[in-house]
Amino acid sequence: MDQDKEYVGFATLPNQVHRKSVKKGFDFTLMVAGESGLGKSTLVNSLFLTDLYKDRKLLNAEERITQTVEITKHTVDIEEKGVKLKLTIVDTPGFGDAVNNTECWKSVADYIDQQFEQYFRDESGLNRKNIQDNRVHCCLYFISPFGHGLRPLDVEFMRALHEKVNIVPILAKADTLTPIEVKKKKFKIREEIEQYGIKIYQFPDCDSDEDEEFKQQDLELKESIPFAVIGSNTVVEAKGKRVRGRLYPWGIVEVENSTHCDFIKLRNMLVRTHMQDLKDVTRETHYENYRAQCIQSMTRMVVKERNRNKLTRESGTDFPIPMVPGVAESETEKLIREKDEEVRHADRAPDSVPDREHESHQSSEQQEPSDPRDDRER
Amino acid sequence: ISHGHGGSHSSSGGSTLLGYIGIDTIIEQMRKKTMKTGFDFNIMVVGPSGLGKSTLVNTLFKSQVSRKSAGWARDEKIPKTVEIKSVSHVIEEGGVKMKLTIVDTPGFGDQINNDNCWEPISKYINEQFEKFLKEEVNITRKKRIPDTRVHCCLYFIPPTGHCLRQLDVEFMRRLSHSVNIIPVIAKSDTMTIEERQEFKQRVRKELENNGIEFYPQKEFDDDMEDKSDNDKIRETMPFAVVGSDKEHQVNGKRVLGRKTAWGIIEVENPNHCEFAQLRDFLIRSHLQDLKEVTHNIHYETYRAKRLNDNGGLHPISSNDTQESNL
Repeated sequence: MDQDKEYVGFATLPNQVHRKSVKKGFDFTLMVAGESGLGKSTLVNSLFLTDLYKDRKLLNAEERITQTVEITKHTVDIEEKGVKLKLTIVDTPGFGDAVNNTECWKSVADYIDQQFEQYFRDESGLNRKNIQDNRVHCCLYFISPFGHGLRPLDVEFMRALHEKVNIVPILAKADTLTPIEVKKKKFKIREEIEQYGIKIYQFPDCDSDEDEEFKQQDLELKESIPFAVIGSNTVVEAKGKRVRGRLYPWGIVEVENSTHCDFIKLRNMLVRTHMQDLKDVTRETHYENYRAQCIQSMTRMVVKERNRNKLTRESGTDFPIPMVPGVAESETEKLIREKDEEVRHADRAPDSVPDREHESHQSSEQQEPSDPRDDRER
Repeated sequence: ISHGHGGSHSSSGGSTLLGYIGIDTIIEQMRKKTMKTGFDFNIMVVGPSGLGKSTLVNTLFKSQVSRKSAGWARDEKIPKTVEIKSVSHVIEEGGVKMKLTIVDTPGFGDQINNDNCWEPISKYINEQFEKFLKEEVNITRKKRIPDTRVHCCLYFIPPTGHCLRQLDVEFMRRLSHSVNIIPVIAKSDTMTIEERQEFKQRVRKELENNGIEFYPQKEFDDDMEDKSDNDKIRETMPFAVVGSDKEHQVNGKRVLGRKTAWGIIEVENPNHCEFAQLRDFLIRSHLQDLKEVTHNIHYETYRAKRLNDNGGLHPISSNDTQESNL
C-alpha cells in the first residue's frame, strides 16, 4: 500500500480502534427469564460451553411457595483467540412459580432500572474513569412449548419489559414438538406478539450492498422467531460421532443440528453477528429513554416542590404564582424555570425536537405500538 | 441480589468437542460498525506565519485540505489579533470515511507584542469542550455527538538552531494540559543533520526543564508495550519536517520534494527529514489514541472543573444560551 502515491494511511483506523478493544476486553450481560423447568440453565451452559450452575440446588414445590422472584448474577471470563469476554448471566429464579404471579416481573423490571440508574449516576459524576457497565444487553424470554402460544403471564412480562431491554423470545424444550407443531406454534406466537403490541428485539435491516448469502441468512433469522431451542450438557454418541444431545429410545436429538432445532441460529445471532448491535440498542435506545424519563420526572418533582412551597407561603391562592420579572433569580431558579419550559415544550410539541423522534418519551399509557427501530437514526 | 463467580474458562484447553463459541467475531462486528459511522479528526496548527504549516498539512493528508488551499490568498495581510479559522473536508480511504478539520491560527506570534496571543486559542479549545459537554448533558442526546474538540495541536518551532523562544515555552506550558501538543521543527532543511540533532536535544531539555509534557505524555502510557513504543517516539521528537506539494523526478521516480541548486530534498525520505515518521506516528499508529486521550483526559478534566465550579451541572435544553466559562 505504501507504493500507492495517494495513500495517507488513516485506513488503519479501524485496526487502531480494534487493537485497544482487544486489550481492554469486552463485556456482555445476558438475562434469562421464564418459568422453572424450561431449560434456561442448560441452554446458557450450552451456549457458552460453561458449567455455571453446577452447584445449584433444585427446590421442591413446598420450598418454592415461599420463594419470591430473586435476581441472581453469575459472571464468567471467557477467552477465545486472544479476545476476552466478561459474560454476566442474570437469572430470575422463582419467576412464574407461585400460585399468584401478579406483578412477578416487577423485581426484574426494577433490576434493569437499577442498572440504568447506577450508570446514569456514574455517567453524571465527577470521576468517570472506571464506570462499570452492568446494563442488561439482552433478555432471553422462555416460552413454554406446552401452551397454545403466549400465555397471559408471557404477554404481561414482555409488555412490561420491552422498552427496557432487548427481548429475544425463545420457544423452550422444542424437542417435545414435531417440526410441523413447531412451525404452527412459531407462527401463532409471532401473530400474538404483534397483536399485543409487544416490541421484541428487531434485527437491523441489511445494507443494500451486502451479498445475497448474507441477505438470505438475515431473512431466515427474522423468520425463525421465536427460536425453538434444545439445550444439553451431555455428550452422546450419534452415528459414530460424539455430539451434544439428548438420548431418547426413539432417537437422538442433536443440539447443534439445525434440522433439529434453532440452537445454532440463536448462538450465531447472539454471539457472532448481533452482540455488538444488542449493546448498541441498549445504549442508544433503552438507556437513553430511561435517562430522558428520569431527568423529566426529576424536573417535575422539583417544579412541584417549588410550587407547593409557594402555595403554603401565600394563603388563598390556588395556582402557581408566576415569577416576578426584574427580581434577580438565583442560578438554580433560572435552571428550574428553563427546565420547566423544556418539559412543557417536550410534552406539547413532539415534532419540534430536532434530532430524535419523540414518541417514546411520552407517557406510556398514551403510547401506540410502534417499531422500536423508529427511535434509532439510520 | 446474589452473586456468583464462575471462575475463568478457556475454551482452548477444555472441551475439545464443539469447543468454539465465536466470541472473537465481535471484533469484526465492531469494525463494521466503525466503518459505517466514520471518524472525526480535528487538528490545529500553531506557529508564526511562513513556517510552512499549510503546506505540511496538505502533504500529510495528500490533499488540499488546508485553509490556504480553500482559496484564500497566500499573501493576505497578517491579522492584528490571533484568528481561529477552521476548514473541514471529508476524505475517504480504504472504505474509511474521515471528516478532517484543520484549525488554523493566523496571527499567532506575528505581532510586535505577542503577550497573551495564546488566549484566543485556549478559548477556542475550551469552547469545543463546552459544546460537547452541553450535548452530553442534554435531555435528548444525539446518537453520535458531533466532535469538534481539538484532538491534536501541531506546534511549529522555527528552525533557529539555538533554543526555544520564550513564546514557545509560554504557549506549550499553558496549553499542554488542555490539548495534545506535538511540537515539530519546521523548514528543517535549513539545518544539517548534526545541527538538527543538537537542536532537538536542546529543545527536549528545555521542555523537560519547564515541565512541559508533549504528546505522547508519559503518564498516560497504558502498559509496558505502550511505554516502550512511546519512549522511542519521545526520544525522536520534536520531528524535524519539510513539507512540499511539488513533485520532482529522482532516480526515475516521482517524489514530493524541494528542488534546490545543490540537490533535491525528498520529503518522504527518512534520510532527509522526519516527515514520514511524523505521518506514520500521527496517522497510522496514534490517530485513535490522540482522540482517546482528548476524550478521556483533557475533556474529563474540563468537565470535572465545570461540575465543581457550577455546584453540579444540570441537564439543560439545547435552547440554553451559552455561558462563557473561560
